[in-house]
Amino acid sequence: MSGPGNNDSVRVEVRGLRKSFGEHEVLRGVDLTVERGEIFVLMGPSGSGKSVLLKHIIGLEEPDAGEILIEGQGINTEGLRDRYRMAMVFQSGALLNSLTVGENVGLYLREHRLKPEAEIRRIIAEKLDIVGLKGAEEKIPGELSGGMKKRVALARALVIEPQLILYDEPTSELDPLIAITIGQEILALRDRTHATSLVVTHDRDLAFGIADRIAMIADGEILEIGRPEDVRRSQHPLVRKFLTADFKPKPQ
Amino acid sequence: MFRDIGGLVILFWRTLLALPLALRQRRKVAEQFYEVGMASLLMVCILSVFIGGVLALEIGPVMVERGLANYLGGILGLGICRELAPTLMAVLIAGRIGSAMAAEIGSMAVYQEIDALRTMNINPVHYLVLPRILALAVALPMLVIFADLVGWMGGALVCATNQQIVVGMQSFFANLRETVDVQDVAHGLIKTFVFALVIGTVSCHQGLSTIGGPRGIGRTVTKAVVNSIVLILILDYFLTHLLVQLEK
Repeated sequence: MSGPGNNDSVRVEVRGLRKSFGEHEVLRGVDLTVERGEIFVLMGPSGSGKSVLLKHIIGLEEPDAGEILIEGQGINTEGLRDRYRMAMVFQSGALLNSLTVGENVGLYLREHRLKPEAEIRRIIAEKLDIVGLKGAEEKIPGELSGGMKKRVALARALVIEPQLILYDEPTSELDPLIAITIGQEILALRDRTHATSLVVTHDRDLAFGIADRIAMIADGEILEIGRPEDVRRSQHPLVRKFLTADFKPKPQ
Repeated sequence: MFRDIGGLVILFWRTLLALPLALRQRRKVAEQFYEVGMASLLMVCILSVFIGGVLALEIGPVMVERGLANYLGGILGLGICRELAPTLMAVLIAGRIGSAMAAEIGSMAVYQEIDALRTMNINPVHYLVLPRILALAVALPMLVIFADLVGWMGGALVCATNQQIVVGMQSFFANLRETVDVQDVAHGLIKTFVFALVIGTVSCHQGLSTIGGPRGIGRTVTKAVVNSIVLILILDYFLTHLLVQLEK
């Protein structure tokens, strides 16, 4: 894998993607394109196939049909992951519980032997500082709150200096203040690295707060795709329902 | 069943291909080696002394009755180093270490830690499987050498102190030295090495295949231990048959 440094972002194309688990068809021919350097938000209700789509894009799932192209090359092309740096921030953080926070953040650099040890320690401290966790190197994941785990996961992704970064429900289970901090981090990261960002969420505030473009997915199909203002004006009944639902009971 | 065997063979092959990276993973191999060795040493010691003791109790009086007391050291020595120590230590390690490996890797699979490794282009076979199998392949034969020695001591002690046997330590070890040679110990160690590969591969394979939550991890641990023990006992027969043929 090439070392961090080159910040050219990448273009992602999803063509006719289909996936079933047993009898249940989760993705029904999804087509979308994420342009270089944009923040693309995939929004939809729980169980709509958002996270499964994300796993296909990072290569953790094999599609039944269709393809995923990174800069025009299939995701499983030999050497693709050596040419393009990709990172994913998992919903749970997915930190390695047997490692300390510092070891988690430096894992990529150490395993690929990309930097000398002293430089790795400096980078770990710097990335933890960026996500507001300065000095947390020796903590273990079990000592961290949900929000802190997500920020460590973000720091771990930052170390890769990714050209494509995928976020799976980055604000779920977080209080509104931390959620805003995470949203701001996503924007700051894009501004700093120009990385292409694909965010999966059902958080409407986050989606409309950070997105360059939004796609609305339900039952494994893309219902609407466009700039935030276009999606707000959508007349699709499911999109309208998702965007306007609130806690207030409707008058009888 | 067949899918499991296919998966095992593929995982073992991938681990073999990763062998050139062993030096790079030496720190993790050393950590695992320490885990296997230190966690099991006391247990191996206790188990071995009693294996030797009970074997002496079972066959000692019968041999003394038939005037074969002079051969007791040799019979016990052979039984322990060729069969009992390798097999029972492998079963012990499958339960003690194999289960821990399966549970740890299984929980990493369930909580997406292995997915996280893959997204960082870190191969789980290189990072998780290779160090564990290597550590087992080195540590288990060493534990068995230890078990041989302690087992012989346990047998000698019972032979010397039991009123129905009364074969002195000197006589016991003289016959043991006369009967047991390096080839016999090597016979046991070759089997042990294969058992270590089986335990490591089965446990890691079960761990990596874990799905579901805590219940899935529980199933994984059970399957890892049961499958390891079944394979150890089946392979024991065929390996013994093969090695006996080669020794002729």
